[in-house]
Amino acid sequence: METSTTLTNEIITNDLLPQKFGKRGMIWTGILIAFCVVGAFAYYMQLKNGLSVTAMRDYVSWGIYISNFVFFVAISLVGSLITAVFRLANVKWSTPLTRIAEIIAVSAIFFASLIIIVDMGRPERLFNLFVYGRLQSPIMWDVIVITTYFFISLLLLFFPLLPDLKILISSKEVLGKSFSKLYRFLGSFWKGTRLQDKLNKRAVNILCIIIIPVAFCIHTVTSWLFATTYRPGWDSTNFGAYFISGAFLVGAGGVLVAMYVFRKVYALEKYITTLHFDKMGRIVVLLALLYLYFNVNEYLVPAFKMKKSEEAHLTGLFTGEYAPLFWFAILAGMIIPIFILIFKRGRNPLPAFIAGILVVVGAWFKRFLIVTPTLLHPFLPMTDVPESYKHYFPSWQEWAIAMGSLAGALLVITFFARIFPIIPIQETINEQHETGNK
Amino acid sequence: MKNNDTSRRDFLATALLAGVASGCSSNNPFDPGDNKKVPSGEMVKLLSVDGEIIEVDKAFLNPVPEVPTLTNSEERIGIEGKKFVMVIDLSRCKNVGACKVACNHAHHLNPGQNWIKIHAMEDAEHTAPYWQPTTCMHCDEPPCVKVCPVDATFKRKDGIVLIDNERCIGCRFCMAACPYSTRVFNWQEPILEEKIATQHYSCETSVPQKIGTVSKCDFCPDMARKGELPHCVSACPNGVYFFGDMNEDSVTNGAETFRFSDLIKDKAGYRLMEDLGTKPRVYYLPPVNRNFPFESGLEKDTTEKNNSK
Repeated sequence: METSTTLTNEIITNDLLPQKFGKRGMIWTGILIAFCVVGAFAYYMQLKNGLSVTAMRDYVSWGIYISNFVFFVAISLVGSLITAVFRLANVKWSTPLTRIAEIIAVSAIFFASLIIIVDMGRPERLFNLFVYGRLQSPIMWDVIVITTYFFISLLLLFFPLLPDLKILISSKEVLGKSFSKLYRFLGSFWKGTRLQDKLNKRAVNILCIIIIPVAFCIHTVTSWLFATTYRPGWDSTNFGAYFISGAFLVGAGGVLVAMYVFRKVYALEKYITTLHFDKMGRIVVLLALLYLYFNVNEYLVPAFKMKKSEEAHLTGLFTGEYAPLFWFAILAGMIIPIFILIFKRGRNPLPAFIAGILVVVGAWFKRFLIVTPTLLHPFLPMTDVPESYKHYFPSWQEWAIAMGSLAGALLVITFFARIFPIIPIQETINEQHETGNK
Repeated sequence: MKNNDTSRRDFLATALLAGVASGCSSNNPFDPGDNKKVPSGEMVKLLSVDGEIIEVDKAFLNPVPEVPTLTNSEERIGIEGKKFVMVIDLSRCKNVGACKVACNHAHHLNPGQNWIKIHAMEDAEHTAPYWQPTTCMHCDEPPCVKVCPVDATFKRKDGIVLIDNERCIGCRFCMAACPYSTRVFNWQEPILEEKIATQHYSCETSVPQKIGTVSKCDFCPDMARKGELPHCVSACPNGVYFFGDMNEDSVTNGAETFRFSDLIKDKAGYRLMEDLGTKPRVYYLPPVNRNFPFESGLEKDTTEKNNSK
C-alpha cells in the first residue's frame, strides 16, 4: 500500500506546495499594496485633521467604517462554518476548503478590529477600554468575543498546518532557504508521532466545538450594537438571527469566490473539483433562502404596521433615497444567486463564481443599508444643524480607508497562500489513502 | 510632594507649615514657586483672615494660580443632596433662540454646534404646531450611559448626566443610543481662544471642548454649585425654562418660582418619549393658552436656515 501511493503523494505534495508569484500575482499584489498605501495616507490625514475629513456628522455618526466592520465580522463566520460545522458533521469533501475558509476568517477578523480603531475619535485612548472598561456596554462584549474568536481562528489555522509544516521543512530545495527558517520556527517541534497526531486531532476537535458558540456570540453581539438602541430599523428582536444568517451567507459566498480564484491561479482543478462547486453552491442556495427569510421578517413585519417612527426609514428603503441600493442588495445578494445556483448548470465553477461575487458585493451594500439610513431618521427632527449634516455620502478618505482595509485583508490571504499550502497537503494525502481512489 | 521638598530649603517656616498642611497637590497655592526671592523692602498692606491688617514684603506676593477646586471623582459624584430637574413651558416659547446663544457662548461651542435645539413640532397633520426647545434630558435610565464602554459619560447622584472629555474614546455609541439626538461630536479641533483652550478641563464646565470627543448639554453644574441658574434659564426673555431641585420641590426661571409638583399637576406636565422608559429629568408643559402664536417664531427660524446654508 505504501509503495502504490508514494508516487501520488509526491504529485500531491508538488501540486500543493506554495508557488512563486507569477506576473499576474505580482500585478495583483501591487494593486493591493497601492490600495493599502492610499488608505494609510487617508488615515494619516484623518489622524491629523480629526474625523472631520470623513463625511460623517452628528446625525450619521457611523458611516462606511462601521458597515465595513460589520461586513468583516460577517465574512469571518465562514471559518467556523467550513471548518467546525462540517468537521463535526463529518463532512469529508470540505477538506480542501478548510484552510481557505480559516485564512479568510483570520484576516477578516483582524481587519474588523483595525477598522474599529480607525472609526474612533481618539484612537490613542484605546487603552481606556482596559483601564476603565465597563461590562454593561455591548462594545466591551464585542471586544471580548472578537479577541476570543480571533485567537481560536488562529489556532484552527495553525494546528492543522503542523503536519504540512513538516512537509514544507523537508522540501527546502523547492521553496528556498528564507521561508524554510519561518517553517522551522513555526513547526520544528512537530515530529508527526502518533501521540502528537492524537493530541493535534483532539485539540482541533475541541476548538471546533468551542468556536461555534463563540462565532454565534460574535455575530449576535455585533447585531446588538444596533439592536440595543431605540432607533427605527435597529430596534429589532430579529437582529441576532438576522446577522448570523447573513454572515453565513456572505462567508459561503466568499469561499465560492476564493475557491474559483485559487483553483484558476494555482491550477488546483484536481483538488477543488466541480463537485466542490456543486456542493458549495447548494449550501449558498440554502443560506440565501435562510437570509431572505430573515429579511422578510426584518422588513415586512414593521412595514405592515408602518409605525410612525419606522415610516420614514422604511419608505426611504423601499421607494426613497436608498431604494436603488436596497433592491440591488436584495436582488444581487440573495435572489439572483439563488436563481443561478439552484440549477445544476449554475453550479459549474464560473457561474458559481459570479454568484459568489454577487453575494459578497450585495452583502457589503446590505451592511451599509443596515447602518446608515437608520441614523438619518432620528426621532426628533434635524434642527439647528448645518445642511451637510442631513445627508451622507462617504468622503474620498473614507472610501480609501475602507477599500484599503478590504485590500489589506486580501493581501493577507494572498501572502498566506504564497507562504503556506492553501490546500492541506497531509490531510489530502491521508484522505487519498482512506478512500483509495484517484 | 517634590515642590514641598524644595520649598523646605530656605523659605519661611510658616509657609512651610502651611505648605505641608495643605497636602501634596502639585498645584499647591502656598507654594512660593521661585524660592530664591530676595525681600525688596517694599511692604504691602493686606487684610488677614482674622480681620487684622498685616504687612507682607512685595517680593513674596504671588498671583493665586487657577486651582481646580474639584477633583474628577468629586465631579463624578455630584452635588450632595440635590436632584436637579428642568421644566420647559412650551406655551411661552417663541423661538427667540436667546437660550441657544447664551449656551453656545458660555460653553464656547463652535459654529454649527448647538446643545439646545429648538424644533418646530407638529404632532399630526391637523394639530397645532409649536416650538419645542430640547436640552439633554438627563434621563434617570440614560441609554447613553448604558452603552459607554469606558464610563466617559456617567450619571451623577444629583441627576445630571455628564461627559468626561478626557476619557472619551470617540466611539460615538452614545450618540447612536440617544433617542433625543442631543449629543454633539467634535469632528475637528475646536476653534478656541488661547486662554480658553489652555484652561484646566472640568466635566462640570465642559470647557475646553476636545477634538474627537462627544459633548452635550450639561445643566451647567458649575453654575448650580455657585447657586446660580443655568445659562439658558437666565437668558430666556420669556421665562420658558424653569430649573430647580426635586428634593426642595421648587423650580424657578429667575423671575417666578413654583412648587414643582404643583406646576406639573396644574399644567399637566409630561416628558418626551415616555414609552422608551428613559425617564427624563426634563418636563414639558403643553403649548396651551400660548403667549405667542407659532407664526411669530417662524421669521427667526427661516433666517436660521439661511445662515446655516
